[in-house]
Amino acid sequence: MKTSLVLAVSLYFSSFAFADWLQFRGPNASAVSTEANAPADELKIAWTADLPGRGLSAPIVVGERVFVTCSSGPGQETLHVFCFNAADGSKRWERAMRATGRTMSHNKTCVAANTPCSDGDRVFALFSSNDLFAFDLDGNLLWLRGLTFDYPNASNSLGMSQSPVVIDGTLVVQSENDSESFAAGLDVATGRNLWKLERPKAANWSSATLWKGAVALQSSKGILGVEPRTGKTMWNYEDGASTIPSSVVTAEALYAVSHGITALAPEKGSVTQLWRNEKLNSGTASPLVLGDHIYVVNGAGVLIKADLKNGDELWKLRMKGPFSGSPVAAGKRIYVVNERGIFQAIDPDAPEGKVIQEIEMKETVLSTPAISGGAVYVRSDAKLWKLQ
Amino acid sequence: MKSTQLCLFVLAVMSLPVAADLSKPIEALRAVQREGQGNEAAGEAWREIVQADAANLPEVLKGMNGANPLAENWLRAAVGVIADQALQAKKLPVEALVAFLQDTRNSSGPRVVAFDLIHRADEKLAEDLTPSLLNDPSSDLRRHPVAKLIAAGDAALEKKDNETAIAAYQQGLTGARDEDQIKDLAKKLRGLGREVNLPTHFGFLMSWKLIAPFSNADRGGFDTAYPPEKELHFDAIYDGRNGKVEWVDFTSTDEYGKIDFNKPFGMEKSVVGYAATDFFSEEDRPAEIRIGCKNGWKVWLNGELLFARDEYHRGAKLDQYKLPCQLKKGKNTILVKCCQNEQKEQWTVEWEFQLRVCDATGTAILAKN
Repeated sequence: MKTSLVLAVSLYFSSFAFADWLQFRGPNASAVSTEANAPADELKIAWTADLPGRGLSAPIVVGERVFVTCSSGPGQETLHVFCFNAADGSKRWERAMRATGRTMSHNKTCVAANTPCSDGDRVFALFSSNDLFAFDLDGNLLWLRGLTFDYPNASNSLGMSQSPVVIDGTLVVQSENDSESFAAGLDVATGRNLWKLERPKAANWSSATLWKGAVALQSSKGILGVEPRTGKTMWNYEDGASTIPSSVVTAEALYAVSHGITALAPEKGSVTQLWRNEKLNSGTASPLVLGDHIYVVNGAGVLIKADLKNGDELWKLRMKGPFSGSPVAAGKRIYVVNERGIFQAIDPDAPEGKVIQEIEMKETVLSTPAISGGAVYVRSDAKLWKLQ
Repeated sequence: MKSTQLCLFVLAVMSLPVAADLSKPIEALRAVQREGQGNEAAGEAWREIVQADAANLPEVLKGMNGANPLAENWLRAAVGVIADQALQAKKLPVEALVAFLQDTRNSSGPRVVAFDLIHRADEKLAEDLTPSLLNDPSSDLRRHPVAKLIAAGDAALEKKDNETAIAAYQQGLTGARDEDQIKDLAKKLRGLGREVNLPTHFGFLMSWKLIAPFSNADRGGFDTAYPPEKELHFDAIYDGRNGKVEWVDFTSTDEYGKIDFNKPFGMEKSVVGYAATDFFSEEDRPAEIRIGCKNGWKVWLNGELLFARDEYHRGAKLDQYKLPCQLKKGKNTILVKCCQNEQKEQWTVEWEFQLRVCDATGTAILAKN
């Protein structure tokens, strides 16, 4: 009896100590870990796993499993989905598929550019070729789609990177491009369309965020909030938004990458603008909110801290750039890796911000880290690292 | 004693790998179609197939023959699971896989999978099989022997044995179908004083009749059917955007077959041009028209629209789009519509395409004319 009580109590607390990182930029795509067990101040490489192909996609973590995608082959046509053990980096399973859509991309990016996502039971891996695979956590293939096979002009010759999100039994995917541009909600159990929306005919690499039950679809036209199960419009912000960095949310507001940063409070049928700071210009990296502040990495690799209440700038910290991946945070630390593979841990509470640790990964890194179980996961074109 | 022996015999027989009948679940995977149709049944069938013994691998691979790309991926994933377990247990049916690979009636996709499995099980055997794949129907499988010939040529060159190097490179070039290997071989051969005719190797169509400019204001020209889409009279004169327009002869001198509208018509913006050519085929046959283009484009073969693409300046490459088609014996008319948009940036100057006719392997089909 005593043992079960201890077990129950420890399980209860462990749910706070560890949290999954289920999609691009983690919980609600907010880039901030919700777990109490923040990574240590001094991080070291706990393990390294080799990868057979390229990838800009971020790792995701479900319990003790770390999932990563990559693409290989002369035309990047082999699509890999890996599952590693978080404890020691050993491989649990790997699936290798073949692209059915176009694999052409700019040299800097590749076919494994979209970060996979999970609802805790399934893993959904989308690639730039518009190939989409659903696996259970043990690697059983549940269903697949070839979205360019379905919609032959849905592709971008520079490559695509919009990461899917999953909510209310719906997987929301975007394939927004100059030609056959769309977003769709798919049934997580079958992969069949629940809805499909035409989207602005313009290349778009930004990813959706989740805000108060809505899926926020960002594009050059603005941000459209839709119901996950129906795709029906809940609200629409029409003042334009970035097509590369994605917006960020808190419980109170949606901070749109639009004219710098524009803080929005969308409600049913309307969107209220709370503030706008046109100087908070993101480069490629998406912003994040930590505590009472918003952080933006500009095109020069400078981290800008601003007040969440009004957008007023507080300080600027020059980091070692350039950056393709976005910053993430846990506890009182921000983590970001530059393109040259320099991992940087930042203390944002220091008077002018301070880089408190650097780790040379010695590889090109173009992706965003993941955080779970008090560890930070980073991937390159050849490796996956656990830092703890 | 006799009954014990019988029991042992029965147990031994039962433990032998028995090829299960997977025809029904394989059929369920082959039945998947666009927009997730058949996914539910396929999911169940997939779980059944992955329980099969490694002895079933050739049957599952055979299931990929002629399957649509989605079904092929379902089956590829099943093969992967069975093969991973078999490799771990050292039970991969290598001999059967070699037989499957060597039977070129099987489709390219599963044969590539078979080769990869052989390579994982027995690297030396895969190496030994490699030279026989130089003229394989699968361009993927050709990469290995071509790479070996390039390496052999390089090794000969190191020893200053130019003739052996040239022979290896020339042999490699006959089998090469991928642009990177072809470029590499052409450079090496030219460096050794040998001529390489890339337009012929690739099968680029170099001579066309061109007419331009028609208007593409607000990108509306893409969906406007100008006269060349309605009739092909090469002596006709039409109203173009800047005045009267007529067909002109144009032969590309670019060894990658670029048909550059800017050359005869100037650096125009927001315009539409057309290119037409006749391709004489020796027989009725399936083929692919492969186009690389960073402008909006449409391609017709004998009046039938093969594909249309309204993307501008996101990049172009060889074989960017592969359009399966059917050539008829004798004259085939190919019409290309090439649309330039309004962008002014330096990287939006190109108003051009490259087009070749080949088989599914990428081997050039040369016109009789």
